[in-house]
Amino acid sequence: MHLAYPAVLSALLFCTGLYGVLARRNAILVLMSVELMLNAVNLNLVAFDVWLSKTARDTLHSGQALTLFTIAIAAAEIGIGLAIVLAVYRNRGTSDIDRLRDTAEGHEDGTPPDEAADEKAEATA
Amino acid sequence: MTPLAQAPHGFLSPTGVEIAFLLVGLVTFGAALVTVTTRQLVHAALWLVVALGGLAVEYLLLTAEFIAWVQVLIYVGSVVVLLLFGLMLTKAPIGRSPDADSGNRWVALVVAVAAAAALVWVVVDAFRTTWINLDGAAAGSTKVTGASLFQNWVLPFEALSVLLLAALVGAIVLSRKAKAESAPPPVNGRAVTQSSPSVTGSGIHPIVQRAEKKTEKKTEQESEQEGAR
Repeated sequence: MHLAYPAVLSALLFCTGLYGVLARRNAILVLMSVELMLNAVNLNLVAFDVWLSKTARDTLHSGQALTLFTIAIAAAEIGIGLAIVLAVYRNRGTSDIDRLRDTAEGHEDGTPPDEAADEKAEATA
Repeated sequence: MTPLAQAPHGFLSPTGVEIAFLLVGLVTFGAALVTVTTRQLVHAALWLVVALGGLAVEYLLLTAEFIAWVQVLIYVGSVVVLLLFGLMLTKAPIGRSPDADSGNRWVALVVAVAAAAALVWVVVDAFRTTWINLDGAAAGSTKVTGASLFQNWVLPFEALSVLLLAALVGAIVLSRKAKAESAPPPVNGRAVTQSSPSVTGSGIHPIVQRAEKKTEKKTEQESEQEGAR
């Protein structure tokens, strides 16, 4: 198999996840997009590990080991992330990350939302 | 260092594995696109199942069996269930929600398309002639993965279990209902104006999450210990 197939697929999946993280408004949908990005990285790791383990004489199988670690860390991340989202929802009554602008500088509410990534920082505060 | 394919492997005469990979890849990519664009929140989670399952099939086609089953167990089995629980507990609207996408979606689309074009161009240019030899023994069978994991990666593996324990404790602490006397007053005035409705389900989800985390950890450690044997 050409290495280009899994590499291109993982690049496309990563960019799909990137679009989801940037464009989605619900925090749980943002978490789903993060999962897509992590899976793209996993596919890349596995493909390169299979390639290297067949060409090199002996390897540490580092790609597959790191994929396992990534999967476990993603499971931990989704648990913590959902706990944060639920805590925010309990305090604010919304999980809409465009409305969580307490740490935004400068402008008040009503301005076009241009940054939507700082919900985690204020969720833990 | 990078032995190029000696035999000419053209893109115009794909092998059967490549055709299968391409078809499953198209399904996976389409499901991922629907996941990030649909306006129905629960459908997004269900299409995510299709995307993650397709990725498991891709792992199987790359002869990484153990990773494929771990993917099915952990992602399809528990992460999506956790996401559905999250949607349910935040009272996600059933049906089409008009404000699923924020106002900067066109900027996001431009950024994503630019990143995709750049990445695909670079990747294709770099690995155009690289050939994965899939014949012979599987590169990621349970025996191989378990041996390498417990010969070379024991210390990261143990550190990972500590991390999972920390995540377990952290999720419980974060999602526990705060006591009434120890609840701090709202720091800023804006939080008061958005009066928070009392969530009826909030008493339930620590137990749910704890159970989920336990099963995740257990299945993973059991399956990996099984790999060592």
